[in-house]
Amino acid sequence: MSTTPPAEPLTKKALRADHPTWCPACGDFAVLASFFNVVEKLQIPHEKIVCVAGIGCSSRFPYFVNTHGIHFIHGRALPLATGISLSRPDLHVFVFGGDGDGYSIGGNHLTHAARKNVNLSYVIMDNYVYGLTKNQTSPTTPIGRKSKTDPRGAMDRPINPMTQLVATGATFVARTHAAQVKHMNEMFERAILHPGFAVVETLSECTMFYPGAFDSGNPRKGGAFDLVDETTQDLTSTAEALKLAEDNSPGKFGVYYENKLPTKNENEWAWVKDAQSKSPDLSGKDLLRKRFASMR
Amino acid sequence: MTSAQASPPEALRNAVIRLAGYSQDGIQSIGAFLAQLAGSTAQDVMTYMTIPSTISGGPSIFQVHLGSGKVLHPGDEADTLVAFYQDSYDNHLKSLREGGICFYDSDQVKELNTDREIIHIGVPFTSAAIEAIGGSAKDRGKNIFVLGMLCAVYKLDKEKLTAIISRKFGGKKEDILRNALLAFDAGYAWPVHDINHMPFAPGENEEANRLSTDGNTMLSLGLIAGGVRFGAGYPITPWSSIMELLRSELPKYGGMFIQAEDELAAVAIAIGAAYSGHLAITGSSGPGLSLKSEAIGYACMAEIPLIVVNIQRGGPSTGLPTSVEQSDLMQAIYGSHGDAPRVVLAPRDVQDCFYTAIEACRIAREYSTPVIILSDQAISSRIEAFPEPDLEKHWMEPTLDLSDRGADFKPYPLGKITRHSPPGARSTEGKYPVVTGLEHDEWGHPSSNPINHESMSAKRREKLIQLANSLPAPDFFGDEQGDLLFVGWGSTYGPIKEATDQLRAAGHKVGSLHLRHIHPLRNGLGDIFHRYTHILVPEMNDPGIYGHGQLATLLRSVTCNPNIRSLNKIQGITFRVKEIVDGALKTLAL
Ligand SMILES: Cc1ncc(C[n+]2csc(CCOP(=O)(O)OP(=O)(O)O)c2C)c(N)n1
Ligand code: SF4
Repeated sequence: MSTTPPAEPLTKKALRADHPTWCPACGDFAVLASFFNVVEKLQIPHEKIVCVAGIGCSSRFPYFVNTHGIHFIHGRALPLATGISLSRPDLHVFVFGGDGDGYSIGGNHLTHAARKNVNLSYVIMDNYVYGLTKNQTSPTTPIGRKSKTDPRGAMDRPINPMTQLVATGATFVARTHAAQVKHMNEMFERAILHPGFAVVETLSECTMFYPGAFDSGNPRKGGAFDLVDETTQDLTSTAEALKLAEDNSPGKFGVYYENKLPTKNENEWAWVKDAQSKSPDLSGKDLLRKRFASMR
Repeated sequence: MTSAQASPPEALRNAVIRLAGYSQDGIQSIGAFLAQLAGSTAQDVMTYMTIPSTISGGPSIFQVHLGSGKVLHPGDEADTLVAFYQDSYDNHLKSLREGGICFYDSDQVKELNTDREIIHIGVPFTSAAIEAIGGSAKDRGKNIFVLGMLCAVYKLDKEKLTAIISRKFGGKKEDILRNALLAFDAGYAWPVHDINHMPFAPGENEEANRLSTDGNTMLSLGLIAGGVRFGAGYPITPWSSIMELLRSELPKYGGMFIQAEDELAAVAIAIGAAYSGHLAITGSSGPGLSLKSEAIGYACMAEIPLIVVNIQRGGPSTGLPTSVEQSDLMQAIYGSHGDAPRVVLAPRDVQDCFYTAIEACRIAREYSTPVIILSDQAISSRIEAFPEPDLEKHWMEPTLDLSDRGADFKPYPLGKITRHSPPGARSTEGKYPVVTGLEHDEWGHPSSNPINHESMSAKRREKLIQLANSLPAPDFFGDEQGDLLFVGWGSTYGPIKEATDQLRAAGHKVGSLHLRHIHPLRNGLGDIFHRYTHILVPEMNDPGIYGHGQLATLLRSVTCNPNIRSLNKIQGITFRVKEIVDGALKTLAL
């Protein structure tokens, strides 16, 4: 195993890979830039980073970053990342994806990755629409908004992502806006430093199919960027977090919930350590021989 | 009562004992004790059981075939029936051979008059067991009472059997073991008069260190020996016991097994661990394999070494969840979208589950590909005895290769087998790979170039052709040419072998080929087929609308040989030897 430290301090430049294939001004660019900023700031060695994604425009993310990456199937990035994180606790595991990928096809996995408190950071680039498949209704599309699959306007009530995320039991839940890079940097940094399942819901505009979706959260477009007041908010209270979440779009920005609980990684590896300590002198081969002996 | 007569004077070489009762009566454990005893006395054994798909109880049987020589199948007809209830008696009497013995619980069963020559022996299992243990331990122990009785009847090694019982109950509360031994002794001492002279011949199997266990256990242990340390699964019968075993065993070996929220997550978790540089496993039974198929296609495309176990059961859909079938073959070989070549292996018996698992691990690693192991419900739960594997020869120590990858590193080189660079490995020239399910060029960049797709598809196909070229000759026995060749796969091995022997003894020239490597198939099968007039494929699946079972269809398409036919059975139970012999005779008469 190579542990040679890099000669130069890690830079944003060295993190850049392929030029993003996103449409001009797509909100996802801001997420990428912010990720570069934070990884540079925290000086995380590139070989220790894994970028994981499902399928969608936003899920193209791993190609644009010069770290280890894996681009998986639609909706299953979280369990894939679970396998990486649990089997390799030495790595920094990041998952990127869209609202369709994360809240729709992969919705169930979100609950379970959170419930297990797998140690990873998950960034959902929510654009209220299906981008890659060209403008169908997504689970966050507001009622009445017309799309190719809802020509008369969306009929089904959208989910409230923040309520959902808090309800999964994720141990770190935050929301940010692609037009607020400094805030985004801060949310990402806190998510990375959080031990356990950290999820950041990022309002990330699809300039191609849903331009202006998040103007109401953008002061430069006449909206308001209203922050969670951490001096009065109890971040460890699910009830308070749910209360914050009641006011949905654009709602408040910042950390809704933050709590340190044992992670799946710690629990599983503690078991491994304990199981191995029961017969410290036996090789794997010997262990299996012992098992055979009990089957005679 | 028909009087006892015609007991064989010389020692028995084979005995098929069918225990019929309810699953809560512990009949499986009588069977398991007998099987373990056979293993440790160098006698051979194969068991067969049915479990109801309802949870608490219900009719159940356990059949044990004990032999002084090699035992290849669970037995067509029973020599001895032990019936615990009226319905078990009524339903299973017909499974007893002419002249066989029926022990029945005279507290529960009323004897019928049959015109068949059967030795009936009523023994009050229930009350005798209660009396032996004393007090209120109602019903408990009647299975061990019966075990004691069978031990006396067959002159089995009492000392060893007592030791096995003591080992089993030893860890529990003291009076549990005491009660078990009391019940056993009472059964052993029960005066079963006339038939008290059916000594069982000692075993001929020379090998020391014989293990007796079931297929799922050996498959799990084979995976461990083959270097698997991580995996994930979701419960489904009959796969679950593998995940249960790995969940508690793997931590001892420094690994872990995760219970996922569903099969899609399970395969994704396993692929995550495999991508991270470990050999990983996921598994399921039929319906779960269907759910995994998108991700398996991904693993073919991204060239991830991955083991996928499928313990086949009766299908389609939830079908016959606790019965046996071999109808997932096509799903295993082709079940994904697009052209997604992968490897498919099938173990033939319990012992072979171990070696097939190791073989799967080797191939997955060497060829960087998913490998599907197709076992089935029959092998998964039946118990057999066999020599302990030589771990010096078969153990594979898992390694995690995090060495630097240099400037010449390409994740998907054309003309070479893919070797991934797991996260944690440094790329010295600065470019890190992305593993992807999109069609990609040699560096892993997405590419929809039409020529590239063709060459990359060829790359994925060619490595399996390379594997096919290196495969050993399949198991063969019987005549090298002649009237009929059996081709079998999976758990039909034993009955096919026995049928081959019987047909040859009757003067037919018959050979038999048993395939472990189902996909890719070894080269040259067509040439072998040409040496026979008929090729018959006994398989536990439906002939389908084109008239051929799944393996037969595949073999016909590979060899264009019109003499290939299938012999199909889908009753949720394994082939009897006689059914295969009859099928062959019918084919020979064509
Ligand atoms: C199993 C499966 N179903 C459907 C698709 C098609 N598909 C690709 S991306 C996508 C939705 C993407 O939307 P979202 O996750 O919101 O990402 P965005 O493109 O908006 O960033 C769909 C439905 C697929 N690739 N796989
Ligand atoms: S379609 Fe929308 S989400 Fe996709 S790249 Fe273009 S702007 Fe971004």
